[in-house]
Amino acid sequence: MKPYLLPLTLSAVMLAACAQQPPAQQVQDPYANLGNGALYQGDLASGALTGEATAQYFSSQVGDTILFATNQTALNSEARAILNRQAEWLTKHQEFSAVVQGHAEETGTREYNLALGARRAGAVQEYLVANGVESGRIRTLSFGKERPAEVCSEESCYAKNRRAVTVVSASGVGS
Amino acid sequence: MFHNLTPALVLALGLTGAAAVTALPALAQDGPLRIEITDGVTDPVAIAIPDFYGDSDLAGKIRQVVADDLTGTGLFREIARDAHVSSHDDFNDAVAYEEWRAINAQALVTADVSGQGEEINVKFRLFDIFAGQPLGDGMQFVARSGDWRRAAHKIADQIYSRLTGESAYFDSRVAFVQETGPKDARIKRIGVMDYDGANILWMTDSSSLVLAPQFSPDGKKIVYTSFESGFPQLQILDVASVSSRPLTQGGNSMAFSPVFSPDGRWIAFAQDNGVDTDLWLMDAATGTGRPLTKTHAIDTSPSFSPDGKRIVFESDRSGTQQLYVVPIEGGEPTRISFGEGRYGDPTWSPKGDMIAFTKQLGDRFHIAVMRSDGSEEKTLTDSFLDEGPTWAPNGRVIMFTRVTPGGNGQPRLHSVDISGRNMRPLELNSAASDPSWGPLLP
Repeated sequence: MKPYLLPLTLSAVMLAACAQQPPAQQVQDPYANLGNGALYQGDLASGALTGEATAQYFSSQVGDTILFATNQTALNSEARAILNRQAEWLTKHQEFSAVVQGHAEETGTREYNLALGARRAGAVQEYLVANGVESGRIRTLSFGKERPAEVCSEESCYAKNRRAVTVVSASGVGS
Repeated sequence: MFHNLTPALVLALGLTGAAAVTALPALAQDGPLRIEITDGVTDPVAIAIPDFYGDSDLAGKIRQVVADDLTGTGLFREIARDAHVSSHDDFNDAVAYEEWRAINAQALVTADVSGQGEEINVKFRLFDIFAGQPLGDGMQFVARSGDWRRAAHKIADQIYSRLTGESAYFDSRVAFVQETGPKDARIKRIGVMDYDGANILWMTDSSSLVLAPQFSPDGKKIVYTSFESGFPQLQILDVASVSSRPLTQGGNSMAFSPVFSPDGRWIAFAQDNGVDTDLWLMDAATGTGRPLTKTHAIDTSPSFSPDGKRIVFESDRSGTQQLYVVPIEGGEPTRISFGEGRYGDPTWSPKGDMIAFTKQLGDRFHIAVMRSDGSEEKTLTDSFLDEGPTWAPNGRVIMFTRVTPGGNGQPRLHSVDISGRNMRPLELNSAASDPSWGPLLP
């Protein structure tokens, strides 16, 4: 047997091919601290990148969900505080777009709740746009009462289901 | 599909000996036997449906469906067959009225089912026992064997119509949504079934969330809301070919709550543009639409009057959900609901006389009806969550969704008649919602 060494770069390519990994996405490095143009090749799925420019950071740290009163679409101070942070984040991370999902509790007719969810999503969109986010980066979507966050038939669950959830993605509005 | 079913073929089935018994006086009724579907609670009519004659092995099944149709209305009580004392060998034997009177039968159905294989021939007669005479002509249906349930529904429809004076509704189909999976990730698909839950055909797969199917007036198409694109948009499907296509798409608006006009030419629906929800009218042939209402409110759940000239819908423009009527040319809507609570899901009766709706009062939901001018409001049901009324083709029975509370709560279809009597669940193997009752089949 004749031992030999493969060049390191080639073995890395082969390993990647064996695992059939998708090509690494080009993402922004939050630690690069080189301004908005710093790009590098990184593996988003492995969790190697843990900056604030991720959907996961947005939902867990910025806050993706605001709550409403029964049959209401008005934004209370707590909701506005979360939306202020959302607007700030979206302004900072221009490559992201957002879909705002409006939801309603089960105690209402299916058709009214579809419209109510749409109006809640619309209220969020309006607020974000008023705070500097381009309207073209935000789409609204209503699930009515079809996708509750909590399933009990009591106010404790209803309160969590009367909500709007902002879902951000780096790959374009609505996709 | 059902071209072999020919109810128009009415045979003059002469009844031997009928003239001999007409002199007997009616005992418990004034004039011909007649059921009034009104508020007055009446005892169900006692009806005898002895075993059907004939050589077809479908005779017993057809008899059972006829009996189930009639007793399912709450207007009839079947006299158990083992209580019958009159027996005959042939469909054309004279009826021994006194023997049926002896067991207090008020009406009698006799029938003969012949033929095997591809085609069956069904004959039936209806008798008014106390008047001692046939009620209407005998009739004969020729049907494909596979359509035996339809033949049974046609017989039951004839009996129901002759005794109530109302038009028929058993031979009809209902579009609905089957629900499976957990409450926070419900899987839904559209099905079409006979009005009694038999012969389910699936119209969509489970890949996209679908809501609120509505039959076209001829029962050949269904419009509904689909999330296939990721956003609620309208789709239309052809029932015979089970193929669907989008009616609206993307942009920055959502579309839902579609409904056909009675002539099938228009589809009214609700469209949300991110600010408010307005009613729109779409030309079903060309897909071009125009706005019908324009407010900073939620206008949704449109339903046409039977003459196609007006639309009833719900709007919260006054602050809470109320019912309004608007001409299809547009103009200022007229509010027709003024009672307590919130009004939604208005649905115009095919007879034109009434509007059914969902009413929310406190934490209870009700199916209710009012005259089409908003008067004589009447509550029919009461539960944790009832919604989505749809009318039987004769405008005398309403089907709706009842949802049970809790994390494992399930929707189930129920029906109730317009007097509020005879509330009953539809027997189905799975949870179901959003019924749309189609037309009486030809």
